[in-house]
Amino acid sequence: MTAPIETTGAAAQAQPEAVLQGVETKRIEGRSLGRIALLRFRRDKVAVVGAIVVILLIAIAALSRPIQALLGLDPDAPQQSLIDPNTTLPKGDMGGMSLDHPLGVDPKFGRDLLARVLEGSWVSLIVAFGATLLSVAIGTVMGVIAGFYRGRVDAVISRLMDVFLAFPLLLFAIAISASLQGGAFGLTGLPLHLSVLIFVIGFFNWPYMGRIVRAQTLSLREREFVDAARGMGARGPFILFRELLPNLVGPIVVYSTLLIPSNILFEAALSFLGVGIQPPQASWGGMLNQAVKYYEVDPQYMLVPGIAIFVTVLAFNLLGDGLRDALDPRSR
Amino acid sequence: MTETTDDESQNTPADGPGDAASPAASDAEPLLRVRGLMRHFPITKGLLKRQVGAVQAVDGIDFDVYPGETLGVVGESGCGKSTMGRLITRLDEPTGGSIEFEGKDITHLSTGRLRPMRRDVQMIFQDPYGSLNPRHTIGGIIGTPFRLQGVEPEGGVKKEVQRLLELVGLSPEHYNRYPHEFSGGQRQRIGIARALALKPKLVVADEPVSALDVSIQAQVVNLMDDLQDELGLTYVIIAHDLSVIRHVSDRIAVMYLGKIVELSDRASLYASPLHPYTKALLSAVPVPDPKRRTERDRILLKGDVPSPINPPSGCRFRTRCWKATEVCTTTEPPLVALRTGHQVACHHPEPVTGEPAAAGGAGGKESTGGHA
Ligand SMILES: Nc1ncnc2c1ncn2[C@@H]1O[C@H](COP(=O)(O)OP(=O)(O)O)[C@@H](O)[C@H]1O
Ligand code: SF4
Ligand SMILES: [Mg+2]
Repeated sequence: MTAPIETTGAAAQAQPEAVLQGVETKRIEGRSLGRIALLRFRRDKVAVVGAIVVILLIAIAALSRPIQALLGLDPDAPQQSLIDPNTTLPKGDMGGMSLDHPLGVDPKFGRDLLARVLEGSWVSLIVAFGATLLSVAIGTVMGVIAGFYRGRVDAVISRLMDVFLAFPLLLFAIAISASLQGGAFGLTGLPLHLSVLIFVIGFFNWPYMGRIVRAQTLSLREREFVDAARGMGARGPFILFRELLPNLVGPIVVYSTLLIPSNILFEAALSFLGVGIQPPQASWGGMLNQAVKYYEVDPQYMLVPGIAIFVTVLAFNLLGDGLRDALDPRSR
Repeated sequence: MTETTDDESQNTPADGPGDAASPAASDAEPLLRVRGLMRHFPITKGLLKRQVGAVQAVDGIDFDVYPGETLGVVGESGCGKSTMGRLITRLDEPTGGSIEFEGKDITHLSTGRLRPMRRDVQMIFQDPYGSLNPRHTIGGIIGTPFRLQGVEPEGGVKKEVQRLLELVGLSPEHYNRYPHEFSGGQRQRIGIARALALKPKLVVADEPVSALDVSIQAQVVNLMDDLQDELGLTYVIIAHDLSVIRHVSDRIAVMYLGKIVELSDRASLYASPLHPYTKALLSAVPVPDPKRRTERDRILLKGDVPSPINPPSGCRFRTRCWKATEVCTTTEPPLVALRTGHQVACHHPEPVTGEPAAAGGAGGKESTGGHA
């Protein structure tokens, strides 16, 4: 059949079903699934609140140092004048709250808590984002490979994921932090601690992402559009990047958003246990660690980092859940 | 092998059963030539993936497809039709037998070697929701074959895609739309446009309308029929009953449990089916003429389709056949021509009436079937 295709009879006779007829004239441009998800997301008030809080938190974390400078705050400046030398507690009620120190000061040193919680925000978020990025990168690559090539490759990667998930992560984190305390890879102090945290949390969390991506890939590759592409001569890379990956973006975004809060908690836990961010650098987990010693006499101290963690984790979870509902193919 | 021997010697099938079942122009070279086609899916067990059996989805089938014709393939769900379709489009690799396309053996060609042939053989899929990537626009979807095959159509891809959209009865304005904005029937038209983009010679359609609303099925079938005339296409159309493909097929192959049990031109098959299974299938097709309905009782098959993992010995239909005898248990009936252009695999076929095949009009004859 080499004759050119003529556009005639068939087109004239074929009657497309009148499903879209009413809408047809109004818009020419199609609405992608992403735009539909956005519309749906905007109707979900709780998720929108979560998104706004998340955006605010990111802005605050990113501008943490400039804000401190603007307000003339210093998270590390001790002010013994605010501390009762007998009890080592802040002078005055409510943990030393005052106009100068709206959230009070910490016991023993008299450092401004607003400054410290601001300083802790960027630490928390940078570790959580960095670790999530690492997990997503490794998890996506491994998950896609396992799900796409199946067979032995899948068996190896799946077992690897099991091993990682069975790993006593906390013990490992404690061991690695302790052994790298002095310095490693030419890094010392804060940069070292941040890198170690990002590595430990991100590297050992990737199977979480890997499993999700693998499962999605396994089911996607059985869809007929993959056969259609193969039937037109597509090879592995084309199918992977053109046919499968665009369908994986949604789930990856959703589960990254849900991974962030769990990583924030993880960072806080490690710092709380003293194997994460080291004092005097302010961090939410580190603040909690010190606050527990005073929770009977100065409960307000504990509330400050506690609420910061709570609000951040809640906001990210609400955003993630909203994104999942908006993007979930089953509710489509 | 009792009463069939006479006919067999008269027809003397030369080197393959397909020769006897060729259409009128039997000297034409077949576009597709399938011999002994087999696909067994291994069933493995345990960590070591020891093979403990096989799903005999397609188990040795022969047929030819001639240029310009439509071969209908029918059979109950699970009898291996889709597997057969995926084999002849080489989306899957056979475990036995051979497939020749335009005289070239493509049975075990690698992905790379298959590429040129991909242009000429296209598939229309069953599920109009699963066969279009939800993340791509219609323009992107129909334009993909050009990109994959490195074809630059005259006037550019976009123009060609819009022309194809018109060809299948959609508006060129749909170019930037996404699949979810269309109904099932419209999606199937999009799938057809994509299949026709590279001007293929052979189009394999796997139950192209069974997922669609009954009211829309005829439209899509008619569209395919019109396009065949217009573009000189050759079709293999798969269906699970005899009603949908009745009007579009030139020849029909009836499958049962991985085998072809009857292969015939349409008129002969509808007028006087020779295989008990075909008879049963036909009796389930609603007949428009009430006078004929009365004389053709509906045959209800007993039991279920046996498992393709462990098919019955001898004739695979024997567990449900009302004519089965001893020989059916021991010997597998070969597919032989009992009339010109009419092959059947049965030890006790329905009486052969007329030679050569009578035209479809003299249809009352099938009432002579002696089933209980
Ligand atoms: N990939 C596969 N692996 C194992 N068994 C399969 C596979 N594909 C199909 N089968 C089996 O082969 C048989 C025929 O399936 P199929 O060709 O889809 O039948 P049909 O299209 O006629 O309904 C069924 O028993 C089915 O379970
Ligand atoms: S060979 Fe025997 S069992 Fe099989 S269809 Fe014919 S009569 Fe029935
Ligand atoms: Mg099927």
